[in-house]
Amino acid sequence: MTAVLEVDNLNAGYGVVPVLQDVNLTVAAGTITAVLGANGAGKTTLLRTITGLVRPTGGRILFSGADLRAVKVEQLVRRGIAHVPEGRGVVAELTVDENLRLGGLWRKDKADAKKATAEVYELFEPLARRRAHLGHQLSGGERQMLALGRALVARPTLLLLDEPSLGLAPKVTAQIMALLKRLRDDTGLTVLLVEQNVRGALSIADRGVVMSLGRIVMSAGADELLADDGLRHAYLGF
Amino acid sequence: MSTTKVRPARSPISRFVTPRPTGPRRGSTLLRHLLWVAVGAVAVYFVSYGIDPFRNYQLATVAAYLCVTAGLTMLTGLNGQLSLGHGALMACGAYTVALAQNEFSDRGVLGAWALPVSLALGVLVAALAGALIGVCAARLRGPYLAGVTLAVALVVPAFTTRFAGLFNADQGLSVYVDPAPAALGPYFPPERWQAWIAIGAAMLSLLIVANLVHSRYGRAFKAVRDDEVAAKLAGIHVARTQVLAFVVSAGCAGLGGGVLAVISQSVSPSVFGLTLSLNLLLAIVLGGLGSLFGAAWGALLLVLLPYLTTQVTRGLELSPGLANKLEGNLPLAIFGLTLIIVMLVAPGGIQDAFRALGRTVRRRF
Amino acid sequence: MERFIFLTFDGLSRGAVYAAFALALVLIWRAARVVNFAQGAMAVVTAYAAYMVSDAVGSYLVGFLVALVGGLLLGALVERGLMRFVGHANPLNDVIVALGLVLLLTAVVGIIFGGEFRAANQPFDTSAIEVGGVPLMSRYDLFIWGTVATIVVLLALLFTRTAVGLRMRAAAFAPEVSRLLGVNVGRMLTLGWALAAVVGAVAGVLILPTELGLHPHAMDIVFASSFAAAIVGGLDSPVGAVVGGIIVGLILSYVSGYLGAALTPVAVLAVLLAVLLLRPGGIFSGVRARTV
Repeated sequence: MTAVLEVDNLNAGYGVVPVLQDVNLTVAAGTITAVLGANGAGKTTLLRTITGLVRPTGGRILFSGADLRAVKVEQLVRRGIAHVPEGRGVVAELTVDENLRLGGLWRKDKADAKKATAEVYELFEPLARRRAHLGHQLSGGERQMLALGRALVARPTLLLLDEPSLGLAPKVTAQIMALLKRLRDDTGLTVLLVEQNVRGALSIADRGVVMSLGRIVMSAGADELLADDGLRHAYLGF
Repeated sequence: MSTTKVRPARSPISRFVTPRPTGPRRGSTLLRHLLWVAVGAVAVYFVSYGIDPFRNYQLATVAAYLCVTAGLTMLTGLNGQLSLGHGALMACGAYTVALAQNEFSDRGVLGAWALPVSLALGVLVAALAGALIGVCAARLRGPYLAGVTLAVALVVPAFTTRFAGLFNADQGLSVYVDPAPAALGPYFPPERWQAWIAIGAAMLSLLIVANLVHSRYGRAFKAVRDDEVAAKLAGIHVARTQVLAFVVSAGCAGLGGGVLAVISQSVSPSVFGLTLSLNLLLAIVLGGLGSLFGAAWGALLLVLLPYLTTQVTRGLELSPGLANKLEGNLPLAIFGLTLIIVMLVAPGGIQDAFRALGRTVRRRF
Repeated sequence: MERFIFLTFDGLSRGAVYAAFALALVLIWRAARVVNFAQGAMAVVTAYAAYMVSDAVGSYLVGFLVALVGGLLLGALVERGLMRFVGHANPLNDVIVALGLVLLLTAVVGIIFGGEFRAANQPFDTSAIEVGGVPLMSRYDLFIWGTVATIVVLLALLFTRTAVGLRMRAAAFAPEVSRLLGVNVGRMLTLGWALAAVVGAVAGVLILPTELGLHPHAMDIVFASSFAAAIVGGLDSPVGAVVGGIIVGLILSYVSGYLGAALTPVAVLAVLLAVLLLRPGGIFSGVRARTV
């Protein structure tokens, strides 16, 4: 298996406060990697540093062999990286349709962008019924669908997802997890999934990475993590 | 000095509070400021004898502006309210002083008390206008307040034209000012007398503002500027604090305007236009927002920069047309450019730069 | 009655210009959360350029195009070269820098052209067209309405129908998300400033012939009136800016017609205070404290 994303000794922080300390991470193509850990462990900062929203103070981020530190944030989507940020990032003042169009605006292949949008509407039926509604009129689940759908319009190779289950009903969470699994199996999508919902994430993930206080304290297969009682108690709290 | 003693513990909590450091800086704030004022007054007294009438006139103008910038830097720097209407508030003071002085002289009321009464009236009228604006301002923030006060600045010519009978429209009024007291001798230059008046007013402004800033009101000003919600939770009446800051700074502006009317012995609306308000803003930003020393630097620059540019352009022997165009505009262009550069490069202003320099020097030696 | 009708039409013409100018303010406010206090001074610069060129060439149209292009360049330059670098430690910084720009631009105009009023020639006949014996409006008024209507329609199309418009709106509402979706937010901001400056430049060129003419401070009161218009409609609402412009135009026309032109600034202040104190979000929103 080839590595899509390699994070090498990554350090980052806000101002003088270091958040990430010597983070090493390898994500193989066509897999789902779950990043787990308590609040404040640095999970979100890890995703934001990978996409360049937070400047790294040291280390390298390689995507398909190219160093991402030299790539502007707005160029990432053109290279195949989609980032659904914390809080989903649905633009509340734009309609569902406009949000989805925004996801494909950069694409040269307008026909395929249109096709991808149609596929998203097929995938998420509730969205199709609310095309003309504004973002802030949607429910939490619909927003998550919209954010995910908007990322898929770009037909990414790597999807960074920040807490998709936050604030959602268990049933909706399960649907989203099932969808991610299907995307991996059917299209070979690589997913880096930050989650607090450990059980849900590990049920679909190939690997799990546990973060604590800005460091990666454990990296193992998903089954292994689920089986390790001591680790579960220490870091994952169940 | 009884005030330097550590107070006995009054409540259990004071056991956990570190006593404030004692030393020469403690003691009465008022006394310390009075001392500063006395030293300043003595210094200026000797300076005013050492310089020629024109320099005395310039000194007086600096002092008049200082009245205004001291109040404005408190309002904008410490309380976070941006006012573009202080030129108009100066006009309130200036026109009141003009009308009062002329009324006094028409009725043959003379005496040493006439001018202070006129100036006090000027302060009162400006403070009332300030209270009016301040009550509105307390409900407005940032650009909204700036926009409203900008409209206030534009209102001055409208008033002087509408009530031309009183204010004589664009022509303005001339201001009757008594000559220097005979006790000072027959050859006492009027400019020196005016400089004394202006310096006295500036010292009064500085004293009031400095004491206010160091009182609990000053701390409330800053608290409101930094975080209104937190200030409210700490029991500060936000609106009342903002109105107080506005009224005091308006009073200072009125005093400055009144003094300016006395110095120039005339008032006209063109002096108090938007440009003056912008210049005042520039002065406090350049000096360093919120710093009284910065206000002094700013006032100095307001007088010095136009003077220096005029000197330079005169030396260049330009055509009369071009020289005429440069006369009023070149200083403004330099002002604008400096304001922009300072905001981009050193938002702390001159006083901040000096402070940083002082720290570096102290660390080195 | 005849006077009232005349003043109403006059107010609608003024209002159209205020609407355009307020629209420019709203454009920048929405894009960057900055009230561009230098908008008036920038419009003065482009207006001088336009009328100097049209006098030299003898064609109003060429001058008009100069204003368009000049506005575009000036707006982009101000954003790229200046506003982008303003620190946000203090929310007043943007306003102070814009005011510095006002001082600089008006002074430079004064140095180049002098401080006296200069004629700004109208391209059309200014005598009023009479309908049933009542003078209603001049051809120039029609030209103003046509131009402003064109601007409003073009802007509406741009923002609702084009990809660039969608990008600009997204960049304004959610800059970070927009970047992740491949939108060059910095470029959208520049474009927003440039567009706003074009609209402001056109408004300046339109209104100056109806006032006293060209002067370094000719736009001061226009800026204040348009700011009032934007506040009346709510700084966030382009539709509000247009409606607010018309309302302010009518009010100012009646005030100057019945009470004297000198009182116009007082009326502007009164309108501003009335709206901000009674309905701080503008007439199109619920009452809500004005914070930034």
